[in-house]
Amino acid sequence: MPSAASEPAILVTGLKKHYGSTHAVNGLTFDVAPGEVFGLLGPNGAGKTTTVEILEGYRQADAGTVRVLGLDPWRDGARLRPRIGVMLQEGGLYPGLQPLELLRLFAAYYDGPEDPAKLLDTVGLRDAIHNTVRRLSGGQRQRLSLACALIGNPSVVFLDEPTAGMDPRARATTWQLVRDLAQRGATVLLTTHAMDEAEQLCDRAAIVNSGRLAALGSPAELTRRGTAEEIRITTSSRVDVPALASALCVNESDVLKQRSGEYIARAAGTPARIADLASFLRDHNVTLISLQVGHSSLEEVFLRLTAEDTT
Amino acid sequence: MRREALVAQIRAETVLQLRRGENMLVTLAIPLGILFFFTNVDAINTGYTHPVDFLVPGVLALSVMASAMVSLGIATGFERRYGVLKRLGSTPLSRSGLLIAKMATVIALEIVQVVLVVLVGVMIGWHVPTGMIAAVGLLLLGSIAFAGIGLLMAGTLRAEANLAAANALFLVLLFLGGMAYPLSKLPNAIQDVARLLPAAALSETLRAVLAAKSFPVGELLVLLAWAVLAPLAAARWFRWEE
Repeated sequence: MPSAASEPAILVTGLKKHYGSTHAVNGLTFDVAPGEVFGLLGPNGAGKTTTVEILEGYRQADAGTVRVLGLDPWRDGARLRPRIGVMLQEGGLYPGLQPLELLRLFAAYYDGPEDPAKLLDTVGLRDAIHNTVRRLSGGQRQRLSLACALIGNPSVVFLDEPTAGMDPRARATTWQLVRDLAQRGATVLLTTHAMDEAEQLCDRAAIVNSGRLAALGSPAELTRRGTAEEIRITTSSRVDVPALASALCVNESDVLKQRSGEYIARAAGTPARIADLASFLRDHNVTLISLQVGHSSLEEVFLRLTAEDTT
Repeated sequence: MRREALVAQIRAETVLQLRRGENMLVTLAIPLGILFFFTNVDAINTGYTHPVDFLVPGVLALSVMASAMVSLGIATGFERRYGVLKRLGSTPLSRSGLLIAKMATVIALEIVQVVLVVLVGVMIGWHVPTGMIAAVGLLLLGSIAFAGIGLLMAGTLRAEANLAAANALFLVLLFLGGMAYPLSKLPNAIQDVARLLPAAALSETLRAVLAAKSFPVGELLVLLAWAVLAPLAAARWFRWEE
């Protein structure tokens, strides 16, 4: 968790970057404390990758300040690179090398690297050891790419959509690896589309939209942030939305029908209202499958925040 | 950058080079095939008593062109396509370290090529002349020129376009390079252009050195110009990401 005493591991202040007339990043500010797992969330084209690649030293900022471990990634790259681990959104692996050959090569770049064979085991690639990268599945490549990011025992790790294309088991392995990294004091900056990933992993997250910060905080803070309470129900058969709204004493526009027959009513789940809901279901002979009362999920916060800006 | 990094990089580049089978075709089979074919089939009057005296220098030049331009260029183009070059950019391996490793691997391959071409040449009646030391210098100069051209294309074209362009250029320079047959067989206008290209410059200077003929200063200047300008152009326009 962030502590006021220590210097941030990553510092971004007023960052701007444009390509031609497109402002990929437009005044972004955030910092990440040592040992923190920080998420950058946002739709495609929000500026997440551009931001990460500026921090990795691939691109120069047009305006603003960025520091990683106190260094300017663009100017002090040679001093910074031994201390960071990078997982690109795609690619970056020699197609003609086998996983262990590749990890040994990368291990040779760093002082005090991890043991390549052990790390290969950790990411679950022992079975793929005799295949060249060319023959690995997308998920296996992702895991190898992750291993390459970790081989140098980095202080700061950048993961650009680390679990894209992974099956659920590989995803769970990756999450555990990120938690282990944080445990041993490494700082992790990851980008993701998967809101459950952010909720599971991140100490704090920034929601970015059109190159600007839309919200920043812990997943719990973000989901509480200015959102009203709501009642979510799933029923065995369709219900009439206007009738449901009137039964719950809310405006018709405050009842949303989701895909998969889920209904969300923007209203506090008071005991009286839940009783009204039960009566409504009885009167219409509808079976309740699930009922949830509380705040919206991070995914909904995300969708709301990133939709507002584009309309 | 650590010394171990450079050693590991050279090892990896060598493994990758050996695994590219098609690489062996252009770097070994084609040059040796041309040496065999044109020595045994009296297709062209080289103006030499022993055609092998004409052919060995030309095939040496061809070999260097295949390694430094075609093989290096195509491999580097695909490394760029697959994001390998980009990924290496955020490791402690420096750009110069990567370049040194690539050149070391190319030179190792060239040593194999030169040994094989000389061995085969000797088998079919070539006498190793005294000019070999100077020839090695010229081959290195040619390697720099061709590597510059190969990397310039690899760093500016899409991987597939680069693949096609490198092979096409290889063929054009083979035809215009005075390698398998003398430049004098070409029409005059084409000859004038060919003499400004690095292939002819390398094969003509090599031939002069190895046959102890009067040294073609003009050709050497052309070769030097390519060895300076091509790498400079590559350094100027090379893009690490496709």
